[in-house]
Amino acid sequence: MSGYLTGVLVVLAFNVIAAYAVYLPLAAGQLNLGIAGFMAIGAYAAAFLTNEYMWPMWAAIPVGAALAGLVGILIGIPVLRTHGIYLAMATFALGQVIAAVFLNLEVVGGAAGYPVTDYAGPYVVYAAAAGVVVLMLLISRTRFALCLTAVKSDATVADLLGVSVRGVKVAAFALGAAVAGFGGALYAHHYSFVEAQHFNVLLSVFTVLYVLFGGTQTVWGPLVGAAFFTLVPELLRASDQWRYALFAVFIIVFMAVRPQGLVTASLFRLFRRKAEAA
Amino acid sequence: MTAASAPALAISGLSKSFAGVKAIRDLSFTVPRGVTTALIGPNGAGKTTVFNLVSGVYGVDAGRIEVHGADVTRMPSRKRISTGVARSFQNIRLMPHLSVLENLLVGQHVRASSLADLVTPYRLFPNHRWKREARAALEESGLGRWADETVSALPYGVRKRIDLVRATLAGASLLMLDEPAAGLNPSETNALRDHLKALMAKGVTLLVVEHDMHFVESICENVVVLNFGEKIAEGPLSRVRQEKLVREAYIGTDEEA
Repeated sequence: MSGYLTGVLVVLAFNVIAAYAVYLPLAAGQLNLGIAGFMAIGAYAAAFLTNEYMWPMWAAIPVGAALAGLVGILIGIPVLRTHGIYLAMATFALGQVIAAVFLNLEVVGGAAGYPVTDYAGPYVVYAAAAGVVVLMLLISRTRFALCLTAVKSDATVADLLGVSVRGVKVAAFALGAAVAGFGGALYAHHYSFVEAQHFNVLLSVFTVLYVLFGGTQTVWGPLVGAAFFTLVPELLRASDQWRYALFAVFIIVFMAVRPQGLVTASLFRLFRRKAEAA
Repeated sequence: MTAASAPALAISGLSKSFAGVKAIRDLSFTVPRGVTTALIGPNGAGKTTVFNLVSGVYGVDAGRIEVHGADVTRMPSRKRISTGVARSFQNIRLMPHLSVLENLLVGQHVRASSLADLVTPYRLFPNHRWKREARAALEESGLGRWADETVSALPYGVRKRIDLVRATLAGASLLMLDEPAAGLNPSETNALRDHLKALMAKGVTLLVVEHDMHFVESICENVVVLNFGEKIAEGPLSRVRQEKLVREAYIGTDEEA
């Protein structure tokens, strides 16, 4: 495999992991605009364990993910009292604060960045992303996923049917944070370097865009969205600059015409019906 | 009083204000087990507010609510389903993007909410017991053919009855229905009535808010009349409709007329 292709596929893998981190809370109607902050927690925590305590990365990366998840629970409980635009603003600020903390934390290199001694090769990254996708597919087959949809669709009715709306929201937010932390920890070990500036607002916003474009109704949406936004700009890279503008126009028009995203539940039912008819 | 002999619903001294406006004033009534009861009254009388207080959507200002002998007054709304109280909404509140079957599975939640239940990837098993149970409940109500349809694509009358099946799967023994017959054509109304009678035969107690008096007459034994948040009459419909206060509430006083 060429170095270029490997590079693109690694980026795709990281984008897919990040997309699912955004997808989980979004499936319950919660927009987390601070996902980069949770990636930073996983990245720095795992890198610190590898560097300072000589932990093997297969132990350091899950612990980094768990730590991000824990922070997700602690922060999710107060933050999820807010709704809609306020939740988006709260998580947005949160992501900024976390990145700023790491930027000023001298024990992990501060603004100079933090080199990581252990290295995760591209195949480790592919396998990890595939693992996340399989885990998400499994989750989507459970009652927990049904509860996410129920809470998003009608929280009052879900509550009256016995669903713990707050519990479901916090669980989805924390699981998403853990997935983000996992991606961040892996990122640190693949690129052998962490810097706080990487985990910025654009990273959070782009990731949300992948998910909204792909669609939040089914578990396939984030995968399709991340793949689209990773691969299409690469295809345009060799072409004229103005095609990027065309790409941007396409995204705007697409989201205006199909706000529910590319992959929807009714699309799946349509295909299934056609398959049955054939 | 034991749960077996307790009324399905006992409300005493219930009051609720919204921004100083008294929506419910010192309201007391009981719904004996198995006695289908109608809650009637002019628009704004507080009928839906009673449903919201009993289901826990709003907290009470004063008073006490018991469901099958259990005090639910301060119980969090999501825990009340386990006492057997369920409700419908005036505008049907099914999850529109989900299939009928998935909506029914949400209804089962109260009986399948352990951690093990939540993380079982049941959708990987085509014949999982939860799906079998939901399909069986649909078949029993003659709605089996809609199982895999998206809810938003279904006729109104069918959606109303799927709402009932969902409540049944949630184990409802006291079912509060907010204008069940509104917006239905005559054949849909008949189907709904048959469905409700089947539920009554199974021992489900119904409390119905309804404007269609023919419908009320056909299924309800008892009527509670509200006006401005107060109970103004109670008893069989034939007697209640003769009472002066009730006539005034509906058609105005003689002075106004």
